[in-house]
Amino acid sequence: MLLALVLAWVLFLAEGTAAEPAFSDPGEFLVTVLDGITLAGLLFVVASGFTLIFGLMRTVNMAHGSLFLVAAYIAIDMQQSMVGKTRSIVSEDVALADWVLPMLAGATVAAVLGLVAYHLLLRWNQGQELQQALITVAVSVIVADQLLARFGGLAETMIWPGSVTHFFEILGSRYATTRLFMLGVALLVALGLWIWLTKTRMGIVIRAGVDDQEMVRALGVRISVVFAVTFFVGAFLAGVGGAMGASFAGAAPGTDGAWLLNSLVVVIIGGLGSLKGAAAGSLLFGMVTAMSPAYLPIEYNFYSIIFTFVLLAVVLAVRPYGLFGRPE
Amino acid sequence: MTEHLRRHWFGYLIAFLVLALPLYASNFFMRSIATRALILGLVASSLVFLFKYAGMVSLAQTLLYGVAGFMVGNAVAEGGTRGMQLGWDAWVGMYFALGVTVVVASIFGAIASRTTGIYFLMLTLTYAVIGFFFFGQVTTFSGFGGISGVTPPDVLQSSVRVFYAAAIVSILVYVGFRAIARTPFGLALQGIRDDPVRMASLGFNVPLHRTMGFVLAGLVAGLAGVLNIWWKGQIDPQSIAIARTIDVLIIAVIGGISSLEGAWLGAVVFVAANNYLRTIPFIDELGLTEARFRTVIGILVLAIVVLSPEGLTGVIQRAYQWVRRKVAKPMREPLKKEAIDSS
Repeated sequence: MLLALVLAWVLFLAEGTAAEPAFSDPGEFLVTVLDGITLAGLLFVVASGFTLIFGLMRTVNMAHGSLFLVAAYIAIDMQQSMVGKTRSIVSEDVALADWVLPMLAGATVAAVLGLVAYHLLLRWNQGQELQQALITVAVSVIVADQLLARFGGLAETMIWPGSVTHFFEILGSRYATTRLFMLGVALLVALGLWIWLTKTRMGIVIRAGVDDQEMVRALGVRISVVFAVTFFVGAFLAGVGGAMGASFAGAAPGTDGAWLLNSLVVVIIGGLGSLKGAAAGSLLFGMVTAMSPAYLPIEYNFYSIIFTFVLLAVVLAVRPYGLFGRPE
Repeated sequence: MTEHLRRHWFGYLIAFLVLALPLYASNFFMRSIATRALILGLVASSLVFLFKYAGMVSLAQTLLYGVAGFMVGNAVAEGGTRGMQLGWDAWVGMYFALGVTVVVASIFGAIASRTTGIYFLMLTLTYAVIGFFFFGQVTTFSGFGGISGVTPPDVLQSSVRVFYAAAIVSILVYVGFRAIARTPFGLALQGIRDDPVRMASLGFNVPLHRTMGFVLAGLVAGLAGVLNIWWKGQIDPQSIAIARTIDVLIIAVIGGISSLEGAWLGAVVFVAANNYLRTIPFIDELGLTEARFRTVIGILVLAIVVLSPEGLTGVIQRAYQWVRRKVAKPMREPLKKEAIDSS
């Protein structure tokens, strides 16, 4: 019912909006849908790390956004030194390796940082959700302050490699290939996660651990190693997302909080601990974020943030633990 | 009565010392430390109330405090460039702001009332950040520049009077929260905290009780928001940003997240650290200048969560009991003799 109303509005009625009704301007509609899907790709990369850690260990990592920002800054720094310029880098200067290597380096640093934090602070209080959340909050405060001291308060961006920076035409609208590249990276990450979790022994152990940790332990699996690996991968994914996010929208103090929020919205909609949920949540959140500014009447454009809240409210009213979530 | 005094002498002493503050504290201390700490303590106390009696960690308190502040700003300010500039009377503005806060809190509370534990924390954090962007983007109510030129009611024109308003509201809220905890509603709330399934099967409406608790805490956060804008005269979205939200959680944790007194204690420590960190000798040489205040606070919170989950109140209580044991031993003998004499 609600969905039908929204569809009718977008397809036929949306006069006086930035995008015009989809029926009369299909190009703009397609661009908006693509915007939503590509944004969903980035959301999925970041949120899947968050939900992976929670699913297995019940740890809500409030420092997930900080890991994102650490990786973003390190990737930007490394890209600048690889290209040999600190400012006004254009994408022609950037070879594919100048993007991929900083991305991997940043993600690795984030992953190591996450692993260290896990070993020092979170290993010995498994199951105490609130204490762990508070510890990661404290870590995020410290990291944010140190990043501010080290990298300053100005926004910086990472530059997409020149080989993927083009524009092409769809139904009369221009579209940037970098966004499709971002979606491609996200799909690779999703594929990798899927193979890891369903086809390898460790992935099978992790999925078993999500269902019944005690039983996995009783079967003689050294679950502490599995935990450490999971935390490493979860933080690594935050880092990959950080480099992508820095290229997509830049990095500045406060970006960490914004991306923690994005991860939270995705996993609250999709259900904590479920990768399927993270994918569904990313798609829904990405579409709403892209659609609502385009299809609101222009003079009410700034109300688009409310639709994120409406999405949350509707999903939670129907399923309090998210689309694919399970009660404790 | 004397029994009452004997048990609560410490509370009366603190209340007296706070109310007598203008006699011995400097103007700067009154305005920038004491009033600010009281207001932040009020917000933190609403968080502590929800955690202590309902088992919910709400990060939406700062948002509700902001909602009240923005509503006062919209209702009272006139002639500015942003907001609705209704130009109402200050008291009418206050009632309007508190009314809006209650409505918003009911909606948020109703949506969140079926989730618990860590889900509730994440959902309320999401509210907080959405609220920040809402007030930032929606220029009808504020925009990122914020609203300025808000004057308090005539009675509260001087900063000492605002301080007294904050102090009296704080005392009333503290006493009120403790009283509510002993009412049937408060007891039901605590029952729901401990075992929601059992309470539901006893016929209690669990989501409704949670929502009502949330609205009550929201009202207190709203009061703090009204006091804050009267104290500061302006408000902008930055004052409800995610870092401010985390600040209130940090204050509650420093003081002890399950102690109402701790809310104000934590606020005093937080505000004092913010203002006086640079005056500690040699602190610069550790690289911990005022600019790195957040690192210091972060480390403090980490230490508290790891070492003393009851926060500073827990530390003080343990120290007090230790001293009492040490002091009480030698005093026991003469006390006994007296008791025999009188009998």
